[in-house]
Amino acid sequence: MTVVAESADDAVAGVPDGATVLIGGFGTAGQPMELIDALRRTGVGDLTVVSNNAGNGSHGLAALLAAGQVRRIVCSFPRQRDSHVFDELYRSGRIELDVVPQGNLAERLRAAGAGIGAFYCPTGVGTPLADGKEQRTIDGRDYVLEYPIRGDVALIKAHEADSLGNLVYRKTARNFGPVMATAAALTVAQVLSVSEPGSLDPEAVVTPGIFVDRVVACPSPAVFAEQGAAG
Amino acid sequence: MSRLDRAGIARLVAADIPPGSYVNLGIGQPTAVGDHLSPDSGVILHTENGMLGMGRAATESEVDPDLINAGKVPVTETLGASYFHHADSFAMMRGGHLDVCVLGAFQVSYTGDLANWHTGEPSAIPAVGGAMDLAIGAKSVFVMMTLFTDAGAPKLVPSCTYPLTGLRCVSRVYTDYGVFLLGPDGVRVRETFGLSESDLRDRLGL
Repeated sequence: MTVVAESADDAVAGVPDGATVLIGGFGTAGQPMELIDALRRTGVGDLTVVSNNAGNGSHGLAALLAAGQVRRIVCSFPRQRDSHVFDELYRSGRIELDVVPQGNLAERLRAAGAGIGAFYCPTGVGTPLADGKEQRTIDGRDYVLEYPIRGDVALIKAHEADSLGNLVYRKTARNFGPVMATAAALTVAQVLSVSEPGSLDPEAVVTPGIFVDRVVACPSPAVFAEQGAAG
Repeated sequence: MSRLDRAGIARLVAADIPPGSYVNLGIGQPTAVGDHLSPDSGVILHTENGMLGMGRAATESEVDPDLINAGKVPVTETLGASYFHHADSFAMMRGGHLDVCVLGAFQVSYTGDLANWHTGEPSAIPAVGGAMDLAIGAKSVFVMMTLFTDAGAPKLVPSCTYPLTGLRCVSRVYTDYGVFLLGPDGVRVRETFGLSESDLRDRLGL
């Protein structure tokens, strides 16, 4: 059953030290800034963060990193034009980095949410990112064995929700939200507004409420312009 | 004919994309291919952060923080565009649904191995993004790049010295000096710009 939280702080309450936190977003599009800020305020530490990037500028995920609360980050593209917080932590050996190809990141999250034990994937065959991984040839093609990525918590941003936790997204801000929502023990979504059941078109719901544990309205989220950067 | 500039290479790639194809243009140089695709070609652009039917870059008044491309540049949507999540987006590649992808490269080997994600220098922060998924996912992978490094070393090489992105995945290489078709029989030179084929083969050691 989905709980409608009163505040972002309530929505992230109870995340323990050492948790693995899935954080939605591609750059700043879909990054749940208010939830990340609330998580930072809890003072929780020793986190493993799974997110496509490693923070932009000095806000949101970058601020969480800067506060020293993240031990390890799993992402596809940490290095960006405005990833100075991560870059400095990495170069000074204060954060661990696990680089995962973007499609594998998405599929490993999807597998976790779908109860798949592992899967064979052609991405990365013959590259350093497949080193040490089990490989198999199936119908003449080579594959690498990849394991699911599960979260203790997922923090995602959607566009609108109803009080049952059904979510709709907006444009390319959807990105990792739907797969992360399925892949965590506790999924928290921030949205612009939470409405009564029946207000969303059931045909348009992207994430059904069964995947969402807490939802919170953040009617005027911070918007930070991206400094166009790769990946 | 002199060697091609970047726009010239992009124009050449665009002309070779079959009408009606689903195409992903990698970040950086390949993005310019979009400028040379005619609207009536029916080509539909895919961006791996979750969109088909990507339009041109947004003007200042059109910027929407929720609508960006894989390079995180604000873009527009075309009529008939669609949005989807990341796992679906990469299923489009891995599942063989995407017709063409155009990528930049540090090096391409004669057999089509691609190196484009990491220089391998200890001080470099590794970042792969969607490069490995794209390299093995699209039905055809085209590379566009300058043929030589600033220091004059060929980037089309017998075997890559940089860390690999994908094995035997590139079928064509578009460069400022020529277009190369890669296959089991080795490297074929389709056309050259500013150098004769024999001079080009000499400089490459082909």
